[in-house]
Amino acid sequence: MTHAAATVDQMRPPFPAERGLDVYNKKLGMWIFLASEVMFFAALIGTYIILRFGAPGEWARPGIVLNIKITAFNTFLLICSSVSMVKAYAAIQDGDPKKMRFWLLMTILGGATFVGIQVYEYIHLIEHGFVPAGVREGSELAALVANGTLPAATMGLYGSTFFTMTGFHGFHVTCGVISMTYLYLTKALPGKYSKNDYGGIETVGLYWHFVDLVWIILFTIVYLI
Amino acid sequence: METAHKRPNYILIWVYLAVLTAAELALAFELPIPRNLKLLLLLFLAVWKAALVGLFFMHLKFEKWNLRILALVPLPLAVIFILAGMSEHIW
Repeated sequence: MTHAAATVDQMRPPFPAERGLDVYNKKLGMWIFLASEVMFFAALIGTYIILRFGAPGEWARPGIVLNIKITAFNTFLLICSSVSMVKAYAAIQDGDPKKMRFWLLMTILGGATFVGIQVYEYIHLIEHGFVPAGVREGSELAALVANGTLPAATMGLYGSTFFTMTGFHGFHVTCGVISMTYLYLTKALPGKYSKNDYGGIETVGLYWHFVDLVWIILFTIVYLI
Repeated sequence: METAHKRPNYILIWVYLAVLTAAELALAFELPIPRNLKLLLLLFLAVWKAALVGLFFMHLKFEKWNLRILALVPLPLAVIFILAGMSEHIW
């Protein structure tokens, strides 16, 4: 037996292959990716907790700096888009591609609106003087720092952690919107999904729900605590 | 494609999520309770909401155990990671 033949024999053992997780590859790949994403966001949230609770001074109360009402609306919007995503999934499972297209489009619009509102929030915050480096000199927030309403020592940490965490989440939402739009245009509209083939919808749906799940945690940690 | 389970009532889950979000806001800005208790309750509500999304929208409640384990494994790792960092810099 040549060396090459021996190698081939080793690659095909004389016992039947076992079924793995019994999940199709795309879905398994997405779950493994999401597992790595959990660690990515754990790093961001962990760093925030360490910096916040290990900081030498007080931390600014979110209500003073951030616009909680508009972000609460944005949170609700993301939850709604998660529902519309799962409705799209249920529709194609039932063999109704028209309904699936409608709910997928609603999800895309919900996600795009979320990103739009986040951009508006950033512009509003920067105009008021809240920047990644802390507080801009001569701004409205700088006056609050000067009169002691906001703590001078930790505003830099607050700004950098806030923009890093919400920025990375916004990036994930943007990627989700782009992916869903791609699927909508190339697969959903031409009618390539059916009752027997909807792996793309399920896989992108898992990603979208994960983005929603992460926001639920971030909203509480960054905006409410 | 495998979907042998009974489909959850997604609208009901949406209502739960909306009510819990409203409860979080009320708790954070309206209720005059001690700060540490508020923090614990807010985290509890956030985990509850996240669990609803994971279990019903991502269908983990209906998946097989091996896939559930794959999804859950990073969570204790993340907690260990965060606690290790906190022990180094806070406690």
